[in-house]
Amino acid sequence: MGEHRVSVLCADLRLSRGDFDLDVALSVAAGEVLALLGPNGAGKSSALRALAGLLPLTAGHVRVDGDDHTRTPVERRPIGMVFQDYLLFQHMSTLDNVAFGPRCQGESKADARARAAELLGHMDLAGYTRARPRNLSGGQAQRVALARALAVRPRLLLLDEPMAALDVSTRLHVRGRLRRLLEEFDGATVLVTHDPLDAMVLADRIAVVEGGRVVQEGAPAEVARRPRTPYVARLVGLNLFRGRADGTAVALDGGAVVEVHEAHHGPALVAFPPRAVALYRRRPDGSPRNLWELTVDGVERFGDQVRVHLTGTLDLAADISPAALAELGLVRGDTVWAGVKAAEAECYPG
Amino acid sequence: MTGSAAPAGPVLRARPGRPPWPLVLPALVGVAFLVLPMLGLVVRAPWPDMGRRVTEPDVLAALWLSLSTATVTTALCLVFGVPLAWLLARTDFPGRRLVRALVAVPLVVPPVVGGVALLLLLGRNGLLGRYLDAWFGITVPFTPAAVVLAQTFVAMPFLVISVEGALRGADRRYEEAAATLGAGRVTVFTRVTLPMVLPGVGAGAILCWARALGEFGATITFAGNFPGTTQTMPLAVYMAMQRDPEAAIVLSLVLLLVSLAVLATLREKWVNTA
Repeated sequence: MGEHRVSVLCADLRLSRGDFDLDVALSVAAGEVLALLGPNGAGKSSALRALAGLLPLTAGHVRVDGDDHTRTPVERRPIGMVFQDYLLFQHMSTLDNVAFGPRCQGESKADARARAAELLGHMDLAGYTRARPRNLSGGQAQRVALARALAVRPRLLLLDEPMAALDVSTRLHVRGRLRRLLEEFDGATVLVTHDPLDAMVLADRIAVVEGGRVVQEGAPAEVARRPRTPYVARLVGLNLFRGRADGTAVALDGGAVVEVHEAHHGPALVAFPPRAVALYRRRPDGSPRNLWELTVDGVERFGDQVRVHLTGTLDLAADISPAALAELGLVRGDTVWAGVKAAEAECYPG
Repeated sequence: MTGSAAPAGPVLRARPGRPPWPLVLPALVGVAFLVLPMLGLVVRAPWPDMGRRVTEPDVLAALWLSLSTATVTTALCLVFGVPLAWLLARTDFPGRRLVRALVAVPLVVPPVVGGVALLLLLGRNGLLGRYLDAWFGITVPFTPAAVVLAQTFVAMPFLVISVEGALRGADRRYEEAAATLGAGRVTVFTRVTLPMVLPGVGAGAILCWARALGEFGATITFAGNFPGTTQTMPLAVYMAMQRDPEAAIVLSLVLLLVSLAVLATLREKWVNTA
């Protein structure tokens, strides 16, 4: 990262179907992994299918290495695609699955199989070349699907929810491994996921897609620290407010004022984590913090913490320990004082 | 689960209850109606000279004609029916619904009517037949080729409908995956789609073969009833019934056994794919 890299993929995807309409511009450099992160129905899978040529564009373009592929049929695009359930051909061996692409591109059977065996060996699947896909574990099937997609020497690698078909127990391991395999690929990679953790681990850059538009784009750490929409804030677990900054005081749209540590002017966003919120039954004395009197809207378990949802002049979530909850004795409808240090509140232009 | 810690004793589970008689009684009548005639065939068969009668040249000729024409018919249905099923299931050409309705017509039309229609088309004075005769000297009716055409007419819908159903049930995303790997539509069809729907094609082919084997009306109308050339087993059974009922029983038994073998294969196919 850091050095200037040439874009492999340059795409402006516009399509409308019924009342859904997608308008997404993407640019991905060589060796870069871009994650399209978004809720179900946001259009991220449609964007991926449009890149593959499986969905026709209404307008826009798809360029790979400078060549226009907007109207190129699927089978002639320089792409490799890993599908959500991997979609390995069940009537073929693992080896023939991977050799399928090279065969279609006109390689001899021997050459195609040699290349497939090499790729499978590289993915630690040398012992599974003759296995039937249904006998593979989820992680193995994922690697076979990746090998099959890479066997056609694509310039653009597309992955549709690559982790969704896996058990929770194997995800950690498989995710790390996929990350290393993706790092070796020298073309552009676009992956679609609804899981922020997958996006953070697998991608160099995240584009958050909501309602058919990219609402935020940036490095994973940037997106995690400074969410720009309530959806992203929820994903990364932050309280997010929109308002107007005047120095270190931000007047929120709801009427409350938040003191932050960094001075700004004009439209601003304020974010702070739920664990930065302290709760009190009585107004604390002489505190330099932001302080609001709020009503308890609900209490739920959240990991080893308890998440308290508060409502009033502003809606926020606070994470406290179960012991603290017992001490405060909070139930729905109670009034409570919530405090946040100015140093914990991140403020950035909105 | 606490299954291993449970004390020994009667297992308490909800009893499914006895099947209700308003369902069981008609079902039993149905089974009896289907099985008893077959039983009659077996009971009345002239078992002592069975071996001699089965190997009579006329019987063997009819059996051979039936088996070979049914097989050729099935091959023809596969060659033309599978692509037709693909067109109906995978493309959206204008008039597709009409074509699908027309394909099913032979299922509802009496086979005799089919035979008459084939005669009007391919008979010596038929719409096409007169040119076949005048230009190429080919006359179709009353030949083994006519037997095959008559059978194809009645059997093709079984194959098309079966394969179309299998194609509609197949996960099209596999075809998309193949396309992203560089496969053109023909490659996708032969290397991915066809292997996926193979059980459906197999079941359709067996249904088709069985229907062709039992074909009577269209055959006797369009191909006639000439022993050795167009007299298939069903025709031979009907003719034997007029003069020698025992011979008819023997022929029927042979046909029954062959059909049972087909049914067994079909069942195996279903079990394998279930």
